[in-house]
Amino acid sequence: MMPSTPQDSLLERAPQLLRDLVTSHLPEPWRWFANSLIAMIVILAVFGLLFAALTLVERKVLGRVQNRPGPNRTGPFGLLQPIADGIKMLSKEDIVPRDADHILHFLAPVILLASTVMAFAVIPYGRHLVPVDLDAAVLYFFAVGATTELAVFMAGWSSHNKYSLLAAMRALAQLISYELPLLLSWVPVVMISGTLSTTGIVAAQSAWKWGWVPTWNVFTPWGFAGFAVFMVAALAESNRSPFDLPEAESELIAGHLTEYSGCKYVFFFMAEYFGMTALSGMAVTLFLGGWHAPLPSLEFIPSYAWFGAKLITLLVGFIWIRATFPRLRIDQLTRFAWKFLVPLALINLGTTAFWSLSFGWTGPLQLVRWAVAIVLVVVPFIVMGRRLSSGVAPRTYSYAT
Amino acid sequence: MISSPLQLCLVFSSLLFCIGLAGALSRSNSILVLLGIELMLNAANLNFIAFWRFGPAPSPATGVIFVTFSVAVAAAEAAVGLALVIAVYRRQRNIRLQEAVRLKG
Amino acid sequence: MTTALLLLICLVTLGSAATAMLLRNLIHSVLLLIGSWIGVAIFYLSCGAEFVAFAQLLVYVGAVSMVVLFAVLLTRRSRTDVTVSADTVSRAWSAVMAGGAVLAVLLYGALMTTLPAASAHGPAAPVKQLGAELMGIHAASLLVIGMILTVATLGSVVIASEEPSGKKEDAP
Repeated sequence: MMPSTPQDSLLERAPQLLRDLVTSHLPEPWRWFANSLIAMIVILAVFGLLFAALTLVERKVLGRVQNRPGPNRTGPFGLLQPIADGIKMLSKEDIVPRDADHILHFLAPVILLASTVMAFAVIPYGRHLVPVDLDAAVLYFFAVGATTELAVFMAGWSSHNKYSLLAAMRALAQLISYELPLLLSWVPVVMISGTLSTTGIVAAQSAWKWGWVPTWNVFTPWGFAGFAVFMVAALAESNRSPFDLPEAESELIAGHLTEYSGCKYVFFFMAEYFGMTALSGMAVTLFLGGWHAPLPSLEFIPSYAWFGAKLITLLVGFIWIRATFPRLRIDQLTRFAWKFLVPLALINLGTTAFWSLSFGWTGPLQLVRWAVAIVLVVVPFIVMGRRLSSGVAPRTYSYAT
Repeated sequence: MISSPLQLCLVFSSLLFCIGLAGALSRSNSILVLLGIELMLNAANLNFIAFWRFGPAPSPATGVIFVTFSVAVAAAEAAVGLALVIAVYRRQRNIRLQEAVRLKG
Repeated sequence: MTTALLLLICLVTLGSAATAMLLRNLIHSVLLLIGSWIGVAIFYLSCGAEFVAFAQLLVYVGAVSMVVLFAVLLTRRSRTDVTVSADTVSRAWSAVMAGGAVLAVLLYGALMTTLPAASAHGPAAPVKQLGAELMGIHAASLLVIGMILTVATLGSVVIASEEPSGKKEDAP
């Protein structure tokens, strides 16, 4: 965590002041250790509570979209529902099949949760609130995300159930296919920001054009395309609808999680929500300006509040998408990844290279630059979209009137 | 006997290399042979990084770039090797190296 | 502190590599080898080579491990059997002797030469400088590596997806 400057407001410096209150009397090597420990405990507590709240918010939002109230019995407005869910899940019996590989069966949720939580270490949550400031932070984040695929395989294999194995293979195919657009979508951001460090990328989006328009990456043509590709790939990487074939109940029961019950199932569930939250946090950092406020006059609100607001907006967006779109089949989603998202992400690299090389264009040439970039983003999208869905007849609706 | 961290790293990479070598020579399953080869490649990369860290380097980034290239080539070789294993399995229904003795196919 | 950390990384990596080469269950072998790759990545981190450590994690643990596991599952003897048949004792002994001879030569070279004095901090290799050198001095190598990866990927897809021909092979 970085030292705060005196001109930051009290709210801004509050987390560091609280932490120094606790650890300032310790000698030097212990103080670093205690600071790191406090950072870890705070991250686990905050995101654990966010996970619990998110399960309730998801069920309420899904309910309202489907014209029903959602859980409202346990506590006022169903606010105690996560506690009830937790008690139910933890009190279930932990059943392991007799022929299952017990060590792997135990290790799979542990490894999944460990690598997902490790991804939280490089996201800057506020002006002075990044737990580890690495030089190659973005690469670390996605390297750790790639480690989660191993746990999916271990879960499917160790259950000694051929349907679990088939579902694990399908889940792995989905994860590997969407890793490529995910990684290609942030390469333009690094190209323009000139650094792989998350704090550097947030600092590169810190200016305001004409005094009131923020220079976030999402407000540029290539940034918008990159943000869209990143969000779609993040949906698929965290196994959310419409890419939730691996865990759909109407498909192979629960896929690779079929033989898991009780606490281990909660770990898988938690890892999915943590992954969603971590990817949303990274999207906020890479594309939405991190912890910066949208207008310079709103800078008095502390930076971690802005980060939280943007994060919650993206998470509600994830839930909204789940309520709206039907599920894709495995061949549809792999075709979408390889034949649509990957070429789009590669063309986006070219667009960003053009944007970066035309940095010095001023005056009316700026309009030309924007026009060319917008054409380079929109035309491939339309052309490849038409080609991918060719042969599909236009949709006709028949209503029950 | 071991006077510096560099010597410890060299001993480490030598041991890893020889474990990979012994494994590749003694197993008759093709996939285990490929895993032994991957271990040997990793040991060589370890050597590079040990000399980059502890010895004088011509330029600060040379060792790291070499190891990055080596990791990329090792990944390509693993992919091709495992495709070959799958093709051999398709012919002889098992992957014992002793049975892959014919050139015809 | 550094030597103790190095020793710990050594023991974990060597232990998992040796166990991986000795087991009969192929999936356990592969998973232990993945553990040794993670140990190597931690070694790179302790030497200060962050970029290579994360590249090792991303490439080996994230991708090569998947390829190996898929190959193991596609070449199984039966639905549930991933054990490897035992190798003959003579083969094992000759491999150990060959490995031991190579180890003796390498250790002689490592322990008997006088090595230059170790510097206190490693060289600083910020990622920006790595990028500048990759695009500057080593640009040709980068293009060649890109071509190697493309050709290898295309080639492995072609090799692994051959349609089996209809006629059976005659016994000689």
